[in-house]
Amino acid sequence: MKKLLLGNEALAQGAIDAGISGVYAYPGTPSTEITEYIQRSKIAKELNIHSKWSVNEKTAMEAALGMSYAGKRAMTVMKHVGLNVAADVFMNMAVSGINGGLVVVVADDPSMHSSQNEQDSRNYGKFAMIPIFEPTNQQEVYDITRYAFYLSEQLGLPIMIRMVTRLSHSRAGIEISKRKVQNSIHLPKNPHQFQLIPMHARNRYQHLVAIQSDNRESSENSYFNKFIDGPNTSMGIIAAGIAYNYLMEDFEDDSCPFPILKISQYPLPKKQVKKLFDKCKKILVLEDGAPFIEELVSDYFGENKKVIGRLTGHLNRVGELNPDNIAEALGFERTYSEKIPNIVTGRPPELCIGCAHRDLFEAINQLKAENDQQQVFGDIGCYALGVLPPYQSINTLIDMGASITMAKGASDAGIHPSIAIIGDSTFTHSGMTGLLDAVIENTPITVIISDNSAIAMTGAQDSSASGRLVNIVEGIGVEKEHLKIITPLHKNLEENIDLIRQEINYKGVSVVIAQRPCVQLPKEKKDQLKKLQQVSIN
Amino acid sequence: MKTNIILAGVGGQGILTIAAVLDTAALNSNLNIKQSEVHGMSQRGGAVQSHVRISDKEIFSDLIPEGKADMIISVEPMELLRYLPYLKKGGFLITDSNPFENITNYPELTDLYKEIKSHKNTILIDAKGIAKEIGNSRATNIVLLGAASSLLPLDDESIQTAIKSLFERKGERIIAKNLEAYEKGKEIASAMVS
Repeated sequence: MKKLLLGNEALAQGAIDAGISGVYAYPGTPSTEITEYIQRSKIAKELNIHSKWSVNEKTAMEAALGMSYAGKRAMTVMKHVGLNVAADVFMNMAVSGINGGLVVVVADDPSMHSSQNEQDSRNYGKFAMIPIFEPTNQQEVYDITRYAFYLSEQLGLPIMIRMVTRLSHSRAGIEISKRKVQNSIHLPKNPHQFQLIPMHARNRYQHLVAIQSDNRESSENSYFNKFIDGPNTSMGIIAAGIAYNYLMEDFEDDSCPFPILKISQYPLPKKQVKKLFDKCKKILVLEDGAPFIEELVSDYFGENKKVIGRLTGHLNRVGELNPDNIAEALGFERTYSEKIPNIVTGRPPELCIGCAHRDLFEAINQLKAENDQQQVFGDIGCYALGVLPPYQSINTLIDMGASITMAKGASDAGIHPSIAIIGDSTFTHSGMTGLLDAVIENTPITVIISDNSAIAMTGAQDSSASGRLVNIVEGIGVEKEHLKIITPLHKNLEENIDLIRQEINYKGVSVVIAQRPCVQLPKEKKDQLKKLQQVSIN
Repeated sequence: MKTNIILAGVGGQGILTIAAVLDTAALNSNLNIKQSEVHGMSQRGGAVQSHVRISDKEIFSDLIPEGKADMIISVEPMELLRYLPYLKKGGFLITDSNPFENITNYPELTDLYKEIKSHKNTILIDAKGIAKEIGNSRATNIVLLGAASSLLPLDDESIQTAIKSLFERKGERIIAKNLEAYEKGKEIASAMVS
């Protein structure tokens, strides 16, 4: 019988069935459920598949590479912006190549449902010169994941699977096949493969360039790329990943008269693209995210106007695709549709009732009233909602860890008070190194670590900081007298304001840990954390 | 046969439970299903929706095209109207009448009801009140599912089986309350439609 799975869960099941020995990841919407599925899987537990969260995407990917070095299959999972954090190892492991099969799963978020940008990870895959898969539906997600590990070992390269929000977070019935046993330990045959000193790196890079023909051939012969012929050659359609679904939706009962090239594996299959070009007068490119294929196949000056899509205004340049905007690009008349009545108002997300961030923002806002020079540099997490009413406490939000380093730069420029607000998990993810920068120069900033002891935004996963925060901050070199712990509760408001004001007035680095567990955590977990925190304070 | 359903509500109101019942019942009836949902930031008290598509043929898009939804089932009256562009001509609106007011500019209830009732096929019920009467206000979503049941391509038995299996871990009492909620929703809607 079919199993009902989210796209993300189908991917996780595919990885288990491909015989992985470990998954390494940091949570991030829309990728989180992949790792969580493996964490909950009984069979994964029995098989001793590693699935504990990593501190960030870079540490995750490096650990996956280490497992691959040992000869076993490993997977690393992140959201699109997480790949920026892991970009160093990502680019270099394409040069070293892999030993045990290694798959990098990146979940993009076109339309920015839960992200700061809609960068398209296919650009990274091309940058690194590795194969990229872009599944169309949940069954293909499962099948491709299994195949990707095989191809990784065939080509000796890491493989990217690019997901998008709508595929990650949609369920369908999946046929599961037999599980492959895990690889045993076997070290790389070539002892220099992973030693990227220039002498060996040049060889490896040359090898990477040389196998690009194999890479392309694999895509041209791919089961997942399909040329579907059609009688009307006035237009040919290239439809990548999920865009293919929307196209098929718009032509009911397989009635599309145009030749279609369905793309689910890259590099682009040149042979098939050429065939479509030779056959058709015009080419419409449908792809979610950036105009990645469109840029590749368009002529630079756009004078022959043969290729149309997101760059030519036939489709929206930003935001995700859907059956409606594709129907429009195909020239279909808009179907009947009602308008949203005027009385409907927006309902943006908000901090939970009783959330500790609320009490913290209240204190911050009162301090702002005392000194309107105050700038607050924010970070990635639930507390990012402090940008919105009713609090509007935060001036900036850019990337993981940027609160501390931006506060430092602004302070260097002469801004005071310069306050950073960062969550506990974001602090261990990317904040620690920036704090060291500030400590080295004793920069007058106040770093408030809003410690709810969870990775709250993505579903209250375990935070690497739990029970370690005080030791870490002291270890980085923050003076004991300027490391304070407060409990953000309404009854402590005045006391907390006094304490933060005092630290703001100190002309050096101060850290205030605002400690109260996320309200989403179950009671047992909160009790457990209380004990941990007491131990760490003592 | 293809049925498109939009489920609407506010993060935390339990629309994914309705989705899970529909998914399970459809799968057990050997039908194809696609069901999209919202995770991440919007879940925190924001507007959320789920597209549920059930068919005996292959389903391509995870999203329902505009003007193609057979019904919108909403656990909140204003959220119902947010997805009107998806409703097909003559489609059904099924909603709880109780507002979830976590915003300062929530519209006047009388205006809201007037707008909802201006549509022909509307089932506007006090689902929360019914669930409370049964003794389980958390079953509001299942009351609404019951109210929509005559419009679904699924028989009662498959839905009841799905409810039983989904609430299995919560014990007999909760299963019974949810089955009762389903029946009550069904009764009230049939009285309204006929």
